[in-house]
Amino acid sequence: MLKLSLGPVLWFWSRQTVFDFYANAAEWPVDTVYLGETVCARRRELKLADWLEIAGVLKDAGKQVVLSTQTLIESEADLRLLRRICSQQDYLIEANDQSALQLASTNNLPFVTGPGLNIYNVATLKVLAKRGLKGWSLPVELGRETLIELIAELKAEGLDLPAEVFAWGFLPLAWSSRCFTARYYNLPKDNCEFRCLQHPDGLELRSREAQELFRLNGTSTLSGARYDLLRELPDMVAMGVDTVRLSPEHQGMAEVVQRFDQVRRGEIPYSDPLTVREAPPCNGYWYGQPGMDQRA
Amino acid sequence: MELVCPAGSLPALKAAVDNGANAVYLGFKDSTNARQFKGLNFNDKRAAEGIEYAHKNGARVFCAINTFPQPQGWKTWTAAVDRAATLGIDAMILADMGLLDYAASRYPQIDRHLSVQGSATSYEALRFYKDNFGIRRAVLPRVLSLDQIRGLAKHSPVELEVFAFGSLCIMAEGRCYLSSYITDESPNTRGACSPAKAVRWQETSQGLESRLNGILIDRYGKGESAGYPTLCKGRFEVEGSVYHAIEEPVSLNTIDLLPQLQELGISAVKIEGRQRSPAYIADVARTWRQALDRLENSAAEFAVDPAWNATLAGLSEGGLTTIGAYHRKWK
Repeated sequence: MLKLSLGPVLWFWSRQTVFDFYANAAEWPVDTVYLGETVCARRRELKLADWLEIAGVLKDAGKQVVLSTQTLIESEADLRLLRRICSQQDYLIEANDQSALQLASTNNLPFVTGPGLNIYNVATLKVLAKRGLKGWSLPVELGRETLIELIAELKAEGLDLPAEVFAWGFLPLAWSSRCFTARYYNLPKDNCEFRCLQHPDGLELRSREAQELFRLNGTSTLSGARYDLLRELPDMVAMGVDTVRLSPEHQGMAEVVQRFDQVRRGEIPYSDPLTVREAPPCNGYWYGQPGMDQRA
Repeated sequence: MELVCPAGSLPALKAAVDNGANAVYLGFKDSTNARQFKGLNFNDKRAAEGIEYAHKNGARVFCAINTFPQPQGWKTWTAAVDRAATLGIDAMILADMGLLDYAASRYPQIDRHLSVQGSATSYEALRFYKDNFGIRRAVLPRVLSLDQIRGLAKHSPVELEVFAFGSLCIMAEGRCYLSSYITDESPNTRGACSPAKAVRWQETSQGLESRLNGILIDRYGKGESAGYPTLCKGRFEVEGSVYHAIEEPVSLNTIDLLPQLQELGISAVKIEGRQRSPAYIADVARTWRQALDRLENSAAEFAVDPAWNATLAGLSEGGLTTIGAYHRKWK
C-alpha cells in the first residue's frame, strides 16, 4: 500500500508544541516520520537529545523514523550538529545537502534525500545509490511526467529506489542565509528575538493586489498556496510511487492524515474536498505548469 | 587572483579578453546553461572563434553547463558536454551530479568546476564533490559571509571562486524554485529566472506596473526608476506593510574586499552578467583588472580608487551596490 509520511516541521514551534504534535502523531496512520530542524540553525527549542526522545516514542509506536538534516549548512556549528546526526546508528538520515551526503556516505550510514536535494535524472540517482541511497524525494518543481520517466528508467537499471512525493502542504521553495522574518521586523538575523515563534505557519506575503504569493518562514520561503495532490493518489499508486509526504501544520493535521489514509485505502472517493484552514490550493507543478496554478 | 568574466556573445568575449580577463565563461544557445536569453550565447562555430581568440590572447574559456537535465533532456545535456570537450574548452562549469559523473568519466582530463548552482556551502560539501567527481574548483554561493568563507577556505580541498560583481541572488543558488512557482521556468529546469516571456509592463493611472505571468511584481511612482521584475526584488505586502519584502534591487560589489579575499586564498573572482552588453563587460573588466593589478603590486597598500566605485555604481542595478552577505550585518 502507498505509504504516508510526515515531513519535518518546517515552521518554528515552541518545544511544548512540538512534543504535543508528535505525541498525537504517534497515533496517526502515517508510516514514516521525519524529525529535526531543517530550516534555521538559530531554532534551538529542541536539542538533538529531544529529537531522539521523540524518535524513540514514534519508533515504539511502529513508525519508521528518519532524522532530517539542515538544508543550508553554513557554519562549523552547523557541521558539528550534522556530524552528531551522522554518527548515530539507530535511524535513517534524510540528507538535505551535499554536506550530509558526504558525512552519511563516509560513515557508511544509509540515507534518503529530501525534496531540496536536486535529483533530476537517473544518472544522479545511480551516483548516490553507490554511496548508500535508500530512497529519494522528487524535487517540488518536478511533476508527473518526469517522475514517470524516472521510475521507468530506475526499473530498467534494476535499481530499487523508492520515490517519495511532496503531496500536501506549503511548498518549500527557497533557502537563504538571510532571514525574511527578521527583515519584516527590522531586526538583524543574529538578534532576531525568535519572532518566527509568533508565526507558526509563516508570514503571508501578498502582491499589492492581495494575491497570496509566498509564506515567509525565517530563512526559507514557502508557497502562498497549499499544494494538494490528494486526488492524484490513485494515479501515483499506478505509477509506482512509494510514499507521499504531508507537511506538518499546527492545526488540522490529524484530519489531513485521516483523509489521505482513507483515500489510499479506497474508503472514500478522492474527489471529496479536504476542508482545512483558509489557503488557496495549487497543483500546477504536478502537471508541468507554474507551481501556483490550480488545475481543475 | 584570476579575473573571470562573462561572455554572452562573441563581441562580449572579445571585450572581456581585451580588457584584462584571465578567463571568460560562456554557454550554448539552449537551456543547458543558467543564462538562457533570446539572442544570447554561442553556437559551436561562434564558440570555436571565441576560444581561438581567447587562447591567442592568453585567456582561458570555461563552458557553463549548469542546469539540471531531466530524463527527456538528458541527451541534450550530455551532448553539450561532448561539444564543449570537442571545442577544446579549458573547464566545464557543472552543477548536476549526474552530469558531473558523466563529464568525469568521459573527459577526466578536462577540468571540472562546480557551478554556484551546485550549492556547496561547506567544506564537507566540497569534499563530496571532490571525492565523487574530481572537481578542481568550486564557485561559492553568494549567501556566505566573509567569516563563513574564511572557515570554508581553511579546509577546502579545491580552488575557490567567489562572485565579485553583478546581480545578487538572495537565495542559495540551485535550490530556488520561486521562478517556476510563478512561471513555468526556473534556473534549474530552463536556465531562466523570471523569464522575459512572462514579463508585461503596463502604464496605469496608479503608475508603471511590472508583471510576471500576470502577478504584480512592482508598481513605480513618477520619478522612480523601474527595474527588471525579478520576482524576489519586487515590492509586496506583508501584514499591511508594502516594501521590498525579500530583497532590494541592488547589485553586488566586493571591490573593497579584494585584499581579504586574496588573504583567504581565493583563486578567482567572478563577474556576473552574460546578459550584459559588450560595452558593459569592457568597463567592468577594465575596472577589475586595474584593481587586481594594484593588489598584485602591493596588497598592503591596496586602496580602492574612487573612480572604480563610481564606474561600477553607474553600471549597477538602481545605481546601488552592496557587499552583500560578505558583510554579516547585512543579514
